[in-house]
Amino acid sequence: MSSTATVDNLEIPAESRLNYLNASYGIKSWLLTTDHKRIALLYLVSITFMFLVGGVAATLMRLHLIEPQGALVDPETYNRLFSIHGIVMVFFFLVPSIPATLGNFLVPMMIGARDVAFPKLNLMSWYIYITGAAFTLYAAVTGGVDTGWTFYTPFSSNYSHSAVIPVALGVFITGFSSILTGLNFIVTIHKMRAPGMTWFRLPLFIWAMYATSIIFILGTPVIAITLFLLGLERLLHIGIFDPAVGGDPLLFQHLFWFYSHPAVYIMILPGMGVISELITAFSRKRIFGYSFVAFSSMAIAVISFLVWGHHMFVTGQSVYAGLVFSVLSFLVAIPSAVKVFNWTATLYKGSISYQAPMLYALGFIGLFTMGGLTGLFLASLAVDVHLNGTYFVVAHFHYIMVGGAVMAYMGGLHFWWPKITGRLYPDAWARFSALVIFVGFNLTFFPQFVMGYLGMPRRYAVYPPEFQVLNVMSSAGASVLAVGYVIPLVYFIWSMRYGPPAGPNPWGAKGLEWETPSPPPTENFEEIPIVTEEAYNYPQLPEVARG
Amino acid sequence: MTVHAVHGEHPPGFAHQFEDMEQQREAGNLGMWLFLATEVMFFGGLFMSYIVYRTKYPGAFADGSRLLNVKFGAVNTAVLIASSLTMAMAIHSAQTGKKKPQVWYLILTMILGALFLFLKFNFEWRADYHEHLIPGFGFYVRPEWGGGGAHVQMFFLFYFFMTGLHALHMIVGIGILTVLTVMAARGRFYEQYYAPLESSGLYWHFVDIIWIFLFPLLYLAGGRYPIPGVTH
Amino acid sequence: MGAVWTAFPELHPPAASSIAQGVDKLYFFLTLITLFFTALIFGTIFYFMIRYRRRKEDELAGGPHEHLPLELTWTIIPTLICVVIFIWASFLYVRNSRPPKASMDIFVIGKQWMWHIEHPEGVREINELHVPVNTPVRIIMTSQDVIHDFYIPAFRVKKDALPGRYTSLWFEATEVGTYHFYCAQYCGTDHSKMIGWVYVMNPTDYAAWLAGGSKTESMADAGEKLFTRYACATCHLSDGSGRGPSLVGLFGKPEKLLTGESRVVDESLLRQAISVPNSVRLSNFPPIMPSYQGQINEEQLLQLISYIKSLGSEERKTSGK
Repeated sequence: MSSTATVDNLEIPAESRLNYLNASYGIKSWLLTTDHKRIALLYLVSITFMFLVGGVAATLMRLHLIEPQGALVDPETYNRLFSIHGIVMVFFFLVPSIPATLGNFLVPMMIGARDVAFPKLNLMSWYIYITGAAFTLYAAVTGGVDTGWTFYTPFSSNYSHSAVIPVALGVFITGFSSILTGLNFIVTIHKMRAPGMTWFRLPLFIWAMYATSIIFILGTPVIAITLFLLGLERLLHIGIFDPAVGGDPLLFQHLFWFYSHPAVYIMILPGMGVISELITAFSRKRIFGYSFVAFSSMAIAVISFLVWGHHMFVTGQSVYAGLVFSVLSFLVAIPSAVKVFNWTATLYKGSISYQAPMLYALGFIGLFTMGGLTGLFLASLAVDVHLNGTYFVVAHFHYIMVGGAVMAYMGGLHFWWPKITGRLYPDAWARFSALVIFVGFNLTFFPQFVMGYLGMPRRYAVYPPEFQVLNVMSSAGASVLAVGYVIPLVYFIWSMRYGPPAGPNPWGAKGLEWETPSPPPTENFEEIPIVTEEAYNYPQLPEVARG
Repeated sequence: MTVHAVHGEHPPGFAHQFEDMEQQREAGNLGMWLFLATEVMFFGGLFMSYIVYRTKYPGAFADGSRLLNVKFGAVNTAVLIASSLTMAMAIHSAQTGKKKPQVWYLILTMILGALFLFLKFNFEWRADYHEHLIPGFGFYVRPEWGGGGAHVQMFFLFYFFMTGLHALHMIVGIGILTVLTVMAARGRFYEQYYAPLESSGLYWHFVDIIWIFLFPLLYLAGGRYPIPGVTH
Repeated sequence: MGAVWTAFPELHPPAASSIAQGVDKLYFFLTLITLFFTALIFGTIFYFMIRYRRRKEDELAGGPHEHLPLELTWTIIPTLICVVIFIWASFLYVRNSRPPKASMDIFVIGKQWMWHIEHPEGVREINELHVPVNTPVRIIMTSQDVIHDFYIPAFRVKKDALPGRYTSLWFEATEVGTYHFYCAQYCGTDHSKMIGWVYVMNPTDYAAWLAGGSKTESMADAGEKLFTRYACATCHLSDGSGRGPSLVGLFGKPEKLLTGESRVVDESLLRQAISVPNSVRLSNFPPIMPSYQGQINEEQLLQLISYIKSLGSEERKTSGK
């Protein structure tokens, strides 16, 4: 990719030009930084570490499940493995991933600001994240929890003999990291846009981050209070969730899912924002249906708070409650469908190139479509009765979280890596690993849809032998997937030392972040830019047949 | 928008990620409102759980509520409302450029806040402890509660958790006020710049409002005085 | 459509209940929709990827970036499809939630990590459920400890078993055979071992099975003994002259509670009345019933309830021993 260098000193290699990476040295300059870009990198390192922890748990689980009677560990240990896998992946990887890394790095840059509204609060968010992660990891290595990431009562409050309180405390603490990040983003986006950057000129990634931040601040406090109540119950045995003394175990589920359902939209909305950026950049076109895509993010954020009961269809709740939550769950699917169609339409008459970020984006669209449509199965009351608690649910959410969110995260990392580090990575290897991930992913999770309809329940350490073939297929796929994730780790690290220098805009993309050097200076912009054009304002042919 | 080149244009306390003080003030204000929204959701979860159980066990919750000291609760309500007034006066003093009243009003707010905590901890909670009404600390199920003893205990759990969480927020508020008082004494707030006072005022008023919900929900659930003509 | 489905038995459990095929049809429809839209999106993307690939470095893209009719179309059509699916699924769900009037009851108690099953005739099973074919069966269940879930894939039924209350599901098995059931709500260490078998038998075999084995007293008879043992009989005189209401013929009737609420006297209400009496007072009776919480275990509760159910009903008089 030739960089269209029209500004001075951009041919000079990154090391000799002052940028946010070399502006100051030493561990204190990193641990006490208030620069949003450095904070993004602090998060990148910690989140990658947590991803590996969760990934190791998953690897052990899939290895264990190649035998019906379990190949690796005893059921107690297996239960702890799937619990820590879920807790780490949900709270310490997926929820913060794009917002805390790409969001922190890009939100100020994309809107033409020098930093977020509250940089010190931003640093505090990271420390809070680390503290929570430390509690959880400590608990994990000293025995872990066996409650699942869902902590259902009364098992977790009265029966489990595991480190429920330390882990709940870790998650509780980390929740405040999310809340502060969300708060920071909302204020930044509202108040610090550059002159001319009206709401409807914002990149769609910003709309997605804004919608996500609303869920952050309104949803996260509820899981905090829920875990607090759980901890109190476990300590004092009052009976808030214990039916023997008049408590209601389902109250926990309502409180838990009131956050945890919007949480899954926290996990996917930023990814959708990334995809809007990638599709436009790699087809060199304006997004199709900008306002529809922007408003659909907001619609998803709002409706996401109204559907939590679809996790509780078989708990014995009233039929009417089921009907209400079912219809709302169908409703929340529509804005996502709108996005998929708009992204596809953006490709029409585009000028499409296939570097790694685009492969991830295209993979996202396909896999997210499948994952989202399988959500309809679960929103359908009569079918959910059969599928709830089975591997079908596991496959559904992994299609969205791994086939969707993680692929978007990878695509975003690949897209903005040159901006963040000033280096290019080898695209051939990147494209190869994207393909490996795509294949490995489908091999791992597609058989789980079949397993689920056949009736194999989830969270099973041992299973009836007739499910073995599908389990072995899934585990084989998981080993491929694992390889696919390791390769980028290698070349990304390699690129930081040996990658060729990236110019300010190796992809020829539109966006304020691409109008700065790579890596950018600490203050982002010498002069705050004045925005005069729409987002994604690529030069295009007039609407005439292109042939 | 101008590019700010001369540093001296901005007063002390200006944070350089902003373009000007106006933007900083607006950002601070919006940030505080958003934070208060998160607090509403945080307390909200507790309120919802309380409402669920109160609806399920109205008798037991009424029994528990009757054992609370309504007089102290009412006095404390007045104390908090007064403290919100003094807080507003402190901000008004800053807006009108008066330094001494600022400091005095802030100190008065802190005193009222401390009075609230003193009345609560020293009179209400101490008595509750001696009467064995604190769950987990020697709670005693009284025979007159009949079969609902466990539910009365649940009432008290909510009472102590909700008022305790509120008290924690008050303590944090007093801490913030201490810092603000020192800053005010040093003349940091005046007509053009009093954003920290404003934000903290919002926080303080919010903590007050939480109490205004807590008081009737917790203290007045029992119906203490017979209403003529109604037998229950 | 049915032919395709039955041609791939590996993809679905046996359809062994009266509702199974209905659920499968909807599942099949959902699968078709998924395949259709996935193929549509994948196909369109694939086509665009090739047709509009960048051929020259400096080429410009073309094409529109908005089209309201298109936006409306692809919003409205998915909405309509969702409406259809919702109505279809809800209709099945509501219909499947109401057991037919003539269902036979079987009681299930889940506990870590096994299922206790008890037939009204008193026969008990562990991790096995014998039922007659072509007979609606209502499973009334509860848990002794944590939340479990009773799941019979072949019948397409599932329901959580909750501590402190009763939940129920119903099915009518249509094929003689042996089918898995599972616990489908994670409940601790041996959650994955809390599985068992449903044996669907033809009626004569079922009757023989029921009659064979060790002689046990029916649940209602056991309940009668408990009724005396726990002194319920001293207040709940059958002629209504006691301190508590008569329980004869009470079961299944709607009754007005003291709070004004009207509730049908079902298993759940009876359970609540025995455990937390003052929460479901019938009008006009003083709140002096003591609570039996903790004194009577789940099985005994079900036996008591079976006894109360039988009071004033014909079944009791004809149940032989």
